[in-house]
Amino acid sequence: MNRRQIRLGFIMSAVCVLITLMLPLPLAGTPVAALMARPLTFLLTGVIVLVFAFAAGFRGLPAIVIGLVGAGITADMTLTLLRDPLIAGDAASGFWVVVIGVWLASWISVVALAGLRPRSSIFRKAIDLAIPLLFGAAVFYLWEVVVRGAGVPPVLLPSPSAAATKFMASLPILGADFVQTFIRGVLIGYAIGCGAGLLVAILAHRFEFLGRGLLPLGNFFSALPLVGVAPIMVMWFGFDWPSKAAVVALVTFFPMLVNALAGLQAAGDIERDLMRSYGASYAQTLIKLYLPAALPFIFNALKINATLALIGAIVAEFFGTPTQGIGFRISTEAGRMALDMVWAEIALAAIAGMAFYGLVALAERVTTFWHPSMRT
Amino acid sequence: MPVTREAWRTHPLVKRSTPLVAIVAVLIVVWYIGAVLMNLSLVRGGFEREEAPYTTMELLEGTMSAERPLLPAPHQVVGAFIDGVFGYAPTAPRSLVYHSMVTLSATLLGFALGALLGIVLALAIVHSRVLERSLMPWIICSQMVPILALAPIFIVVLGAIGLQGLLPKSIISAYLSFFPITIGMVKGFTSPDPMQMDLMRTWSATSRQVLSKLRWPSAVPYLFASLKVAITISLIGAIVAELPTGAEAGIGARLLAGSYYGQTIQIWSALVAAAVLASGLIAIVGYAERKVAQRMGARS
Repeated sequence: MNRRQIRLGFIMSAVCVLITLMLPLPLAGTPVAALMARPLTFLLTGVIVLVFAFAAGFRGLPAIVIGLVGAGITADMTLTLLRDPLIAGDAASGFWVVVIGVWLASWISVVALAGLRPRSSIFRKAIDLAIPLLFGAAVFYLWEVVVRGAGVPPVLLPSPSAAATKFMASLPILGADFVQTFIRGVLIGYAIGCGAGLLVAILAHRFEFLGRGLLPLGNFFSALPLVGVAPIMVMWFGFDWPSKAAVVALVTFFPMLVNALAGLQAAGDIERDLMRSYGASYAQTLIKLYLPAALPFIFNALKINATLALIGAIVAEFFGTPTQGIGFRISTEAGRMALDMVWAEIALAAIAGMAFYGLVALAERVTTFWHPSMRT
Repeated sequence: MPVTREAWRTHPLVKRSTPLVAIVAVLIVVWYIGAVLMNLSLVRGGFEREEAPYTTMELLEGTMSAERPLLPAPHQVVGAFIDGVFGYAPTAPRSLVYHSMVTLSATLLGFALGALLGIVLALAIVHSRVLERSLMPWIICSQMVPILALAPIFIVVLGAIGLQGLLPKSIISAYLSFFPITIGMVKGFTSPDPMQMDLMRTWSATSRQVLSKLRWPSAVPYLFASLKVAITISLIGAIVAELPTGAEAGIGARLLAGSYYGQTIQIWSALVAAAVLASGLIAIVGYAERKVAQRMGARS
C-alpha cells in the first residue's frame, strides 16, 4: 500500500467520524444529530477529525503514530457512548459508522506499520511485536463494541470486558482450578509421558530390533484418538489428579517416542565414526552426540505435547473430578448458563497454555541455538 | 526354485515385519498378564461372597471372562467389537457401525470445513505480508486455547440459534484440524525457490498464474502430509465434542455411557472402533496421495 492510499484511508476515517454528526446514534430517543446534544462528545469529534487530518498530512512513522492515537481516542469515545443506556444494545447507524472509522484507521496503521523497513534491529523487533498486538486489540475492540452495541444476549456471547471483570472477581477459584488441572494433572503427566517416551526411544535406538518394531507401532498409536482412554483411567486411578496425569502421560508418550527416535537417528555417519575413533563408550556417545543431535526433534515433540497435555487433562475432567479443575468448572458453569465464568476459565487455560508453550520455545532457543532453523 | 529356509529368512517383508510381530506378541502377553493381575481381587471377591469353593484354574478363567473387569482380556475386547459390528443391524442403537457412522459424518464434514478454511487462510497469508505478520501469531495462539473447553459453549450457543446435531460437532473438529493444514500449506506455497519465482516473473506471470502453475503443484506433498495429521485430529475433535454435550449416538457417547455404567468392555470396543476408523481414514488419504503423485508424474 503506497503513501497516497494510506493518506486516503485516514481521510476516510475522518469522514466517517464527520458523517456521524448527521446520523442518529440510538434507534430510539433523539432522532437526528444526536451528537449535537452531547457537547463533550461533539467537541471530541472535532478533535478526532483534526487528529486524522494531521495523520494524513504526515508520512512514515509519525503518520502511523498519530493515526493510532486518533483510533484510540475514537475507540474510547465509542466505549464511553456505550455507557449510555439509550445506546447500549440499541445502537444505530451513526454509532456503527464511527466504529467503521476506528476499524479503518487501525487497519491502515497496521498495514503501514507492516510496510516499514527500519534499519535498527530493536526497532524491527518492536514492530514485529506491535503488529499482532494491534491486530488482537482491534479484534477484541470489535467484539466488545458489537456485543454491547447490538445487545447480544450474554448467554450467547459475553463481552470481553464482562469476562475480564469476572476473571478478576473470581481469582481464588481460578487459582484453585489452575493448581488442580495444570500443576497437578498437566505438569506431572507431561513430565512422566515425555520422560518415558525419551527413555524408550533411547532403548529402541540402542537395540535395533526393538526400534524396528516400535517405530511403526508408535506411529500407529500417535495417530489414534488416545484421549478416549480417559474413562478407563478415571476407573483405574480415581477421580483426583492421578487419573488426569495418567491420561496426559499416555497422550504425550507416543509423539515423544516417535520424534525422539527420529532425532536419535539424525546423527551423521561421520560424527559417529569420529566418536568411535575416540574410543567413546555408548554412554559418552549418547550424551555428547546422539542427544544433542536429537534436541530439535525432542523440542518439536515437547511443543506438540504442550497443547495435547492441556487437552488431555481437560477431557479427563469431563469423566469425573473432585469439585475443582478447569474442565469441571467449564462443564458445570456452562450447564448453569454462566458464560462469563466459562470464558474466564477459557482465558485462564489459554494464558496457561501460551505461557507453557512460550517456556518450551524459550528453552528450545537457549539450548538449540546452533541449529540452522534458529539462525534467522 | 524351492523356497529355502535361508531365502525365507532374508525376504525383505519377513525381515521387516519380524520385530513388529514380536513386539505386538509381547504386548498381548503383557496385556493378558495384566488382565489376570488386575481382575484377580475382583473375581476372588466374587467367589468369597458366594462362599463357594474355587480352584486356581477357576479363578484364572474368571479373570478372563469377568462381566465388568477392570481390564478386559484382549479376546473379550475383540469379541465385543466383532459382536458390535456384525451382531446387530447397522441402524440398531447397539451397533458399533451405527455409532461409527455418526462420528464419521461429523468427522468428514469437520475435516472438509477445516481443510477449506486452512487452505484459504494459507492463501491469504502467502499473498499478504500484513496478514502474515498480524494473523500468524494469533493462529498459533488459537491452538493454545483448549478448544475442547469451548465445546460445551459451542453447543449451547449454536443450539440457541437453532443449530443442532452434526454441525456443532463438525465446527469443533474443523477448528482443530484447520491448524496443521494452514501451517503446512503456508510452508508448501512458499516452498518454490527464488529461481523458480524469478522465472515466473520473467514470463510476467500474474500472481494467479504463479499460484496455479507453480505454488499449487509444489504445495501438493505438503498438503497431503498435513491432511493426514488433520484427519486424525478431526476424528479426535468429533469424538470429544460428543462428550460434554450428552450426545445420544457416536463413539464419544458410547465412551461416556460405558463410563457411567461401568461397562468396561463397551469402552474398549468403542476405542477399537475409533482406532479402526482412524487407520482407515489415514489409509484413504494415503491412497489419494499415491494416486495424485502418480498423476503428477512421480515415480513410485
